[in-house]
Amino acid sequence: MLTFNADSLRLTVRQYILANHLFTDDPSALNDDESFQESRIVDSMGMIQIIQFLESSYDIKIHDHEMVPEELDSVNRIVRLVARKQRAA
Amino acid sequence: MCGIAGVFAFDKNPARVTPERLGAMAAVLAHRGPDGDGFFVDPQHHVGLAHRRLSIIDLCGGGQPIANEDGSIQVIFNGEIFNYVELRDDLRARGHVFRTATDTEVLVHLYEDAGTDFVHALNGQFAIALWDARRRRLLLARDRPGILPLYYRQTECEVSFGSEIKAILAGCQPGDRPAMHADSLRDVLTTWAPISPSTMFEGVFEVEPGQLVLIDERGLTRRRYWTWQLAHPDEARTGRADDLADELLHLLDDATRLRLRADVPVGAYLSGGLDSSVLTALASRRAGAGLRTFSIGFDDPALDEGPYQRVMADAIGGTHSTICCTRADVAAGLADAVTATETPITRAAPVPMSRLAGHVRSAGIKVVLTGEGADEVLGGYDLFKETKIRAFCLRDRSSPSRARLLKRLYPYLDFTRLQPAALLERYFGALDTSLDDPAFSHRPRWNTGGFADTFLSRAFRDRCSPESPAERVLARLGSSLEGLDVFGRAQVLEARLLMAGYLLSSQGDRMLMRHSVEGRFPYLDHRVIEFGNRLEPRLKMRVLDEKFLLKRAARSLVPAAILRRPKQPYRAPDAVAFFGASRPAAIDAVLDPANLHASGCFDPDRVARLSQKIARAVETRQPVSHRESAAWMGIVSTLVWQRQFQQG
Repeated sequence: MLTFNADSLRLTVRQYILANHLFTDDPSALNDDESFQESRIVDSMGMIQIIQFLESSYDIKIHDHEMVPEELDSVNRIVRLVARKQRAA
Repeated sequence: MCGIAGVFAFDKNPARVTPERLGAMAAVLAHRGPDGDGFFVDPQHHVGLAHRRLSIIDLCGGGQPIANEDGSIQVIFNGEIFNYVELRDDLRARGHVFRTATDTEVLVHLYEDAGTDFVHALNGQFAIALWDARRRRLLLARDRPGILPLYYRQTECEVSFGSEIKAILAGCQPGDRPAMHADSLRDVLTTWAPISPSTMFEGVFEVEPGQLVLIDERGLTRRRYWTWQLAHPDEARTGRADDLADELLHLLDDATRLRLRADVPVGAYLSGGLDSSVLTALASRRAGAGLRTFSIGFDDPALDEGPYQRVMADAIGGTHSTICCTRADVAAGLADAVTATETPITRAAPVPMSRLAGHVRSAGIKVVLTGEGADEVLGGYDLFKETKIRAFCLRDRSSPSRARLLKRLYPYLDFTRLQPAALLERYFGALDTSLDDPAFSHRPRWNTGGFADTFLSRAFRDRCSPESPAERVLARLGSSLEGLDVFGRAQVLEARLLMAGYLLSSQGDRMLMRHSVEGRFPYLDHRVIEFGNRLEPRLKMRVLDEKFLLKRAARSLVPAAILRRPKQPYRAPDAVAFFGASRPAAIDAVLDPANLHASGCFDPDRVARLSQKIARAVETRQPVSHRESAAWMGIVSTLVWQRQFQQG
């Protein structure tokens, strides 16, 4: 399990998205504000994979009402969600 | 069915229509016609024709080419003219003399009387090449829905043609073989098929469904004689459902009756679904206990429809057999399937169909009835339901209950069981598209397919045109969608794009003919199509009850268990079949980084990462995303295609 550190979190999420959904290690391929679904980087199956990755990596639970684009649809949104949950834990 | 090929030489150069060249073009079509061959060369060297025969009607006397009374009209033909008996009677009454008992011969006599309008009289499935010596004109014709294939290639000096592109390739000079058509690869990966009339080969085109191609010394012209066209909503047929159901049943029964005409036994495919169950019920009424039925089974219970196949087989009491297809069979059969399809494929579904056709042939059967076309004609696809639900969601974007309907759409697919409605809502684009979009119905599928662009190399992208596959589709078909509602547009796109380009081709004719088996399609009798196309939409899909009218017509024909069963589309194991012990060495070879580099189409690093991701999912028994599976299948089948058609 990864412990919370904002920079580390952002790096980990970026590396995960790049490797598993953009299939590259080129950091310029991903913008932190970019909508995954508008850019078609991630489809809804991919979103489930991201959720599973976050839950297993940070020992958090993402609830049904949080499985929405507003919480998960970009690197920045994911970082805010995980950070919020880590602070509440 | 058979195979046809030939050449029209604008320059009348004898070297273009030699027996050797025609023989080479015919030889590669032997699988389509193992029962013999025939050739014709015009004395003035304008044209050469080649034919490979699969003997179905007039087994002893039906060799082609066949000529009219004075030999001025010669025809080679792949297919069947199911109303040939009636046409022949009428032609004889008008003084024509027949030398054979074939259906083929009606073509030359009809043409004598009606010229190019002869096609309107045909009820059949066909690819025709007809030489008119008086007009010095070659006519190519293809059936209305696109059941049988016909391709051509025009250069400055000639037009070569063939039932399959491999015949055209066999007639090419060394160094003159057509290259890959880059845009068509993107089109296949996104929309499942090349966008007609283009093919995967530069400069090679298909005769479109419902089209004539006329070739003479002035050049080549195309003329459409029939179009898949829905009635405008204001002009659609309404009426009592029971009356229309009776009419539909009568049409299907007659379509089946005509398609049982053969001098060899006719069998039937039985999927366990409604469409093939109706056909086998109608056929068994006429053939009795002698009807042979055939099914494909899977060792994966999520894909297998065996229980329903047995229900229907028991109900009709004929002789039934099933062949099982495993993941290993799919992996082993991909390369052979791509040789047959002549195009990459994004799903493995054709492979088990090839296995089934092989089983039919080994049972001594040359002809099968099969249920393709019912979903397009009578409103059966889940895509049509999806379109209705998405449109419903758009009318009240804030309603969570509407969005939950999306989860009911595909209960047999892992991803919809796992996912909250909000994510599905975005996936299906319920909030992202407008009902005014002519391609509203197909955008989610094209978005899924378009994911494969991620893996194209930069160099390959530079070879492609700037417009997207979706833009190309709408440029070709957009005018056909005008005036239709969202459901109607979905039907036309599905019939003209997917049915003709993929279902009848890669999953149909190519897999059947690979094993010298002729498929016959009662739902694609043009009278059935035109009946369905005039129906009011609610008679096809009543709310979310698909094929409402067909179910009503079938009440007395098929067991209640078949009528009531939820729709389960035919699927085969896709990319997952290639991970594990069952991957053939040939697949590993095409995925080798050196081969990927040499291919020039894909980014080797990205492809390797995709393979690794799918491998991890298979090892940990996680579901593989549909778009990733489709992309991987598209990539691998493209690499196989390149080995078979571009190298050596």
